[in-house]
Amino acid sequence: MSSTDASAAAHALAGPTPLVIAGETLASRLILGTGGFDRMDELAAACAVSGTSMVTVAMRRVDPSQQGSLIDTLDRAGVRILPNTAGCFTAREAVRTAELAREALETNWVKLEVIGDDRTLLPDAAELLDGAEQLVARGFTVLPYATDDPVLCRRLEDAGCAAVMPLGSPIGSGRGIANPINIALIAEQAGVPVVLDAGIGTASEAAQAMELGCDAVLLATAVSRAADPVRMAAAMKAGVEAGWLAGGAGRIPIRTWARASTTPEGMADLG
Amino acid sequence: MAPAITVNGTAREDLASPITVAGLVAAHGLPAEGRGVAVAVDGEIVPRGQWAAVTIPEGAEVELVQAIQGG
Repeated sequence: MSSTDASAAAHALAGPTPLVIAGETLASRLILGTGGFDRMDELAAACAVSGTSMVTVAMRRVDPSQQGSLIDTLDRAGVRILPNTAGCFTAREAVRTAELAREALETNWVKLEVIGDDRTLLPDAAELLDGAEQLVARGFTVLPYATDDPVLCRRLEDAGCAAVMPLGSPIGSGRGIANPINIALIAEQAGVPVVLDAGIGTASEAAQAMELGCDAVLLATAVSRAADPVRMAAAMKAGVEAGWLAGGAGRIPIRTWARASTTPEGMADLG
Repeated sequence: MAPAITVNGTAREDLASPITVAGLVAAHGLPAEGRGVAVAVDGEIVPRGQWAAVTIPEGAEVELVQAIQGG
């Protein structure tokens, strides 16, 4: 192996290159949602083990019975906080929530979530695009949670979103990537980072998202509601890294018939 | 009697009156620096730097929100 080869190998083994969104560098390509963890120490351990650089939070009315240490926990973990607009059903609600989050967390970044149906929790495409346009106009860095629709994702990018975040399958469903063809199309066409958001159930699906060309994966439930959240956080880190490496490694074409890896030449004559 | 302020949909006779935004935040046991917390009075977000200076008007509708765990 030449020294150049050795250097390239060392680079690959060092793991994924950083993710850049809106000019900001994120060391990890795994974004972790904080929802569903039963305990703060488990959330802290999942942050550490997953290697995540950014986590999501939601905004809700203050509940006097729940004085948590969420922000302290996240600050100690050294992660960037990405507020979302979970629970909003209209662009108007989402813009309002984003403005409250900006004041609360001193960040222009927002995961824009505008839900159209409370059973599937699928995004409302029309409200989402409207909300994205309004938030971009107000100076937000918008990361929209979208359906796996290449046209909608292109419209969101055209509206000035800093990334697009198509779903794999419905939130919390653990069904993985329902339409890998669409996800690959979105990744292929996008000029902004593509984050696979929602539906991931296990590490192989996170790897698949990266192999399909996504730049990052956002997941919460798959880790927080696993029987062993910390172990699954480690698995997701490995899955995202494996998928990123494999995606860039140029996989072999899929063939109908076998192709021997050993030459047929030089077989001994064993009569 | 002056109408009480409403916080997150509940009329709050129990709070001191008048009360500043900073006083309201403290009354809810939230940290004074208010990281993760935002306040809107009658639909207008009050920037953190003005919490100590802004007195909540009688009968105002206040939304007091904070960051919680969420995907």
